[in-house]
Amino acid sequence: MAKRPSRQRSGVGRRITATLGRALWWTAAVFGLPFGLLALWWVLSADSQTFYLPPLSEILASFDDVWLRSDRLRADVLPSLLRLAAGFLLAVVVGVGLGVLIGSFRRVRAFCEPVLEFLRAVPPPVLVPVLMLFAGFGNTMKVLVVLSGCVWPILLNTVEGVRAVDEVLTETCRCYGIRGPARLWHLVVRSASPQIVTGLRQALSVGIILMVISEMFAANNGLGYTITQFQRTFAVTDMWTGILLLGLLGFLLAMLLRLFERSALRWYFGLRQSQRDDGQR
Amino acid sequence: MTRAATAAPPAATAPAPAGRSGGTGRPRGGNALLGLLGFAAFLLVLEAVPRLGLVSANYLPPTSEIAVALGELLGEPRFWTAVTDTLRGWFLGLAIAVALGVLVGFALGTVPVLREFTASTVEFLRPIPSVALIPLAVLLFGTDLRSVLLLVVYAAFWQVLVQVLYGVRDVDPVARDTAYTFGLGRWARIRHLLWPTALPYLLTGVRLAAAVALILAITAELIIGAPGLGNEINRAQSGGAVDSMYALIIVTGLLGVAVNVLARQLERAVLSWHPSVRAEGTR
Repeated sequence: MAKRPSRQRSGVGRRITATLGRALWWTAAVFGLPFGLLALWWVLSADSQTFYLPPLSEILASFDDVWLRSDRLRADVLPSLLRLAAGFLLAVVVGVGLGVLIGSFRRVRAFCEPVLEFLRAVPPPVLVPVLMLFAGFGNTMKVLVVLSGCVWPILLNTVEGVRAVDEVLTETCRCYGIRGPARLWHLVVRSASPQIVTGLRQALSVGIILMVISEMFAANNGLGYTITQFQRTFAVTDMWTGILLLGLLGFLLAMLLRLFERSALRWYFGLRQSQRDDGQR
Repeated sequence: MTRAATAAPPAATAPAPAGRSGGTGRPRGGNALLGLLGFAAFLLVLEAVPRLGLVSANYLPPTSEIAVALGELLGEPRFWTAVTDTLRGWFLGLAIAVALGVLVGFALGTVPVLREFTASTVEFLRPIPSVALIPLAVLLFGTDLRSVLLLVVYAAFWQVLVQVLYGVRDVDPVARDTAYTFGLGRWARIRHLLWPTALPYLLTGVRLAAAVALILAITAELIIGAPGLGNEINRAQSGGAVDSMYALIIVTGLLGVAVNVLARQLERAVLSWHPSVRAEGTR
């Protein structure tokens, strides 16, 4: 795996230095730029007089007060995340379920395709006013907003994945008389899972956007609401802490999904790797 | 270790060899007919649901009434101004994002050290939701076009950059060795080796970015109140003009479809030499 060919064969000491050197190089590569940028931000903003761009030191200092020492983690961040989770999970159930159905039958697919293409193309945020009419301002509306945005990428990717199931596998299943739920789970969903995960990834980023937007529109708690409130009251430093928190959440959720992807698609990455190695040989 | 993580994501990156279904010649005309039927059924259901009183017509007017409202909108200059405003924000933002994405992508992709040192930063900044920037945009630029551009460029840039980074890495080893053997210089390598390799990825990135840019442009108008279709939807909603609100939403959907179709046409035109597109044509 080592990129640099190690020429030293003599002595354990040299090998240790080489390993250490590589570890140092890796650490520098991963952490160098982020910390460099933060340091740059810190220094450049240190005596900033601009009202809208407060010094980073102040932002970080008030992060603690604004989010951790107050009740906001429980009262605002948690409800936001719960609504996101509810909408996202519902979208997974609906999207994968309908996607398997639509993808399995050619005629159903042909029937639904134009409508789906149109519905997918509607920018999800414009549905916020519509859903506000139907479901008012409460949690239901926000969960529905997240659901309505997340479902399309999952649905369409599932359809694509189900459509492209390997024909040899399909026929093997038929030969062995595998049908019903076993066929659905082991053949169809399994084969489509790489595409489904792609859909999940797209859906997550849309979902976070919609979580925030639905709260910016109409809410009395939540991350989007709190940040907008800071902005309206010109609490600029607090607003910046909110932006940082939102960024951090986006990053953590993406990481979480990637962990899931790694474990769920281990077979797939292995397959690709071996195909690639074959190709290079 | 890192290869598994950075291997091209399962779908949506490489231009997929379109349509693997069946194998036997399927009746295309029949499919189109079914699709039309599906659309007609969709419209019929939307017409029937409020008429039968399943849903109050105050929340969901029948399709025919929405169509009338849409017809009225088309005659208003105000509507067309909104469409131009939205498209201007979309196009400018997309253009800036693509230009930046290509420049930065090639710079990072061709210099291994740079690539290694920026990977973690890209991975950190990319998932940050662009709506986090809304309050900042409001304070800095108000309802100006610059607010829209800030959000659009931030969201679209990453789509392009990531695809270009994948593309630059995908160079065929034999082609690369050949280029070295023939002594191609740095620019010749970029022009004849990297650019054609990365182009399909770049166009996928442009297609994804175009859709995201439209979403963000309309979001910015909706939330911040910058002039455009999003703002019109907001006005229609708060004014209780439910039918024209639906009509405007349909217009945004049609814009979305148009953007997708355009992006695919562009892809096909620019990549007419590429095996994936050629294979599709011969079927």
